[in-house]
Amino acid sequence: MTDYPADPILVLLEATPTGELAKSAAGLLGAASLIGTPVALAVTAAGRSQAIAEQAAAAGAERVLVVETEAVVARLSVPIADALAAAAAVVAPDAVLISNSMEGRDVAGRFAARTSAALAVDAVGLSRDAEGVIAHHSVYGGAYNVDSAATFGPLVVTVREGAVEARAEARPVAIETLEPQPSGKAAASIESFESVTATSTRPELKGATKVVSGGRGLGSAESFALVEQLADTLGAAIGASRAAVDAGYIPQSHQVGQTGVSVSPHLYVALGISGAIQHRAGMQTAKTIVAVNKDPDAPIFEVADFGVVGDVFTVVPQLISALAERKK
Amino acid sequence: MKIIVIVKEVPDTYGERKLDLETGLADRAASEPVLDEIGERALEVALSHADANEAEVVVMSMAPERAAATIRKGLAMGAASAVQVADPGLAGADLGLTARTLAAAIRKTGFDLVITGNLSTDGSGGVLPAMLAELLDVPNLTALSSVEIAADSVSGGRDSDDGTMRLSAKLPAVISITEALPDARFPNFKGIMAAKKKPFETLAAADLGIDPQDLSVAASIMTAIAEKPPRSAGVKITDEGDGGVKIAEFLVENRLA
Repeated sequence: MTDYPADPILVLLEATPTGELAKSAAGLLGAASLIGTPVALAVTAAGRSQAIAEQAAAAGAERVLVVETEAVVARLSVPIADALAAAAAVVAPDAVLISNSMEGRDVAGRFAARTSAALAVDAVGLSRDAEGVIAHHSVYGGAYNVDSAATFGPLVVTVREGAVEARAEARPVAIETLEPQPSGKAAASIESFESVTATSTRPELKGATKVVSGGRGLGSAESFALVEQLADTLGAAIGASRAAVDAGYIPQSHQVGQTGVSVSPHLYVALGISGAIQHRAGMQTAKTIVAVNKDPDAPIFEVADFGVVGDVFTVVPQLISALAERKK
Repeated sequence: MKIIVIVKEVPDTYGERKLDLETGLADRAASEPVLDEIGERALEVALSHADANEAEVVVMSMAPERAAATIRKGLAMGAASAVQVADPGLAGADLGLTARTLAAAIRKTGFDLVITGNLSTDGSGGVLPAMLAELLDVPNLTALSSVEIAADSVSGGRDSDDGTMRLSAKLPAVISITEALPDARFPNFKGIMAAKKKPFETLAAADLGIDPQDLSVAASIMTAIAEKPPRSAGVKITDEGDGGVKIAEFLVENRLA
């Protein structure tokens, strides 16, 4: 099969450690469908590609190129970059979309450097005009909107996880196997991988539609349970300020802000968070912000749509029971 | 062992940061320029290794000439020498040009290990370490939350939402580190005085065989820029015993609960 669509957008799929298609793929394929025809690439260990390819087709991939190689679990970044270079050579895409994840950034960096392609990072949206593909960025914590494009050739784009809401229509499964030549580039060895068993049924922070965050105002790791209770009442993910993380109330993976996760949920509830500029940089693009803080001068109120000056330990339990009352 | 730490001057995230709406470039005068904290942590990894082992630590940066004072802080912290690539032609350089220029400077300086932060606070692209590794043809070990440096190898752990990966590679290599690594040391008076006598090399693009105006290489260009109107404050009430109920009503009204 060499009859590729005229406007192919190459999407690099990511797999979870258990061999499922990563959640980021639906957004990437959705973004690709806005600017062209999504052609996906899956790079997996032997026997793992069929399931991924089927899920990718259901998420809108017109065609799925698959590369099965054991190197992908033994060596970091390079085997995937090799596969991507081979796929791009046959597809000749207008753009290459990659998740702005740890692995995605490495592969995007290697691929763009190897092929001397223009690279756009942390895009929150994509569009196309007469001259080609345009990446949209939200920079300096959402203070500016910036567009970027390639002077010529394909634009390689890392797309912020959870930023694109568009979804592509399901396509019939069409798989094509590639057997790329290894580049022989030096790579780090993956010595082991220890999976975190997901015990939480709560939504993931990245890409969550609702987030409840706690700050130093919670006072202790035990009291932080209040944040969890409200989050569960609202079906929200749990976030935290850097102060709460530094104080050891909650692991760093929950940190929202300049140096943590950037979120753009429909609802962001800030409990006992002062709203230092570094925290606001990670959440001020939320559609609606609610804040509770006992300090009336806390900067968080400058960005809150609804703010309550009060004690989180009286306001929040009342809020939880009021919401529970409504559900009855 | 020669360790090069890549550092970056960024606008202080404790203040307002501005982009110039005419040029699209960072408005360096609008905010306090500081050494990016994650780069300081990267330097700490190198310095603490050098404290206990035979190692030469070089700080390197690509930045306008006036950033020299910021880069010098790396010398005050304990690096043995500094290399700054400063060239007006590199203003507004995209990631590709930045990576090619830094890779050339790294090659010219010579290295066993390159250490960077995982993400800068201004661009937050996080792609440069892998780009450097590709151009230098060495392994990348990125986003490490723990690092062990040996005489001829480097290894470390990388934490993600899915789990922890153990990585290792023979030197030379490029690594990037996360905030999980220790805070950087403060430069002391002795260090600040000593920094004035340490070698500080300034290179232009031409010294590295780089032509910033080379239009035959694809580049990423900014095509539009707009400032978002600042978010305005909404309703603020003081809790009079019904604050929780009021929030519940607000959420229901806005179909958020």
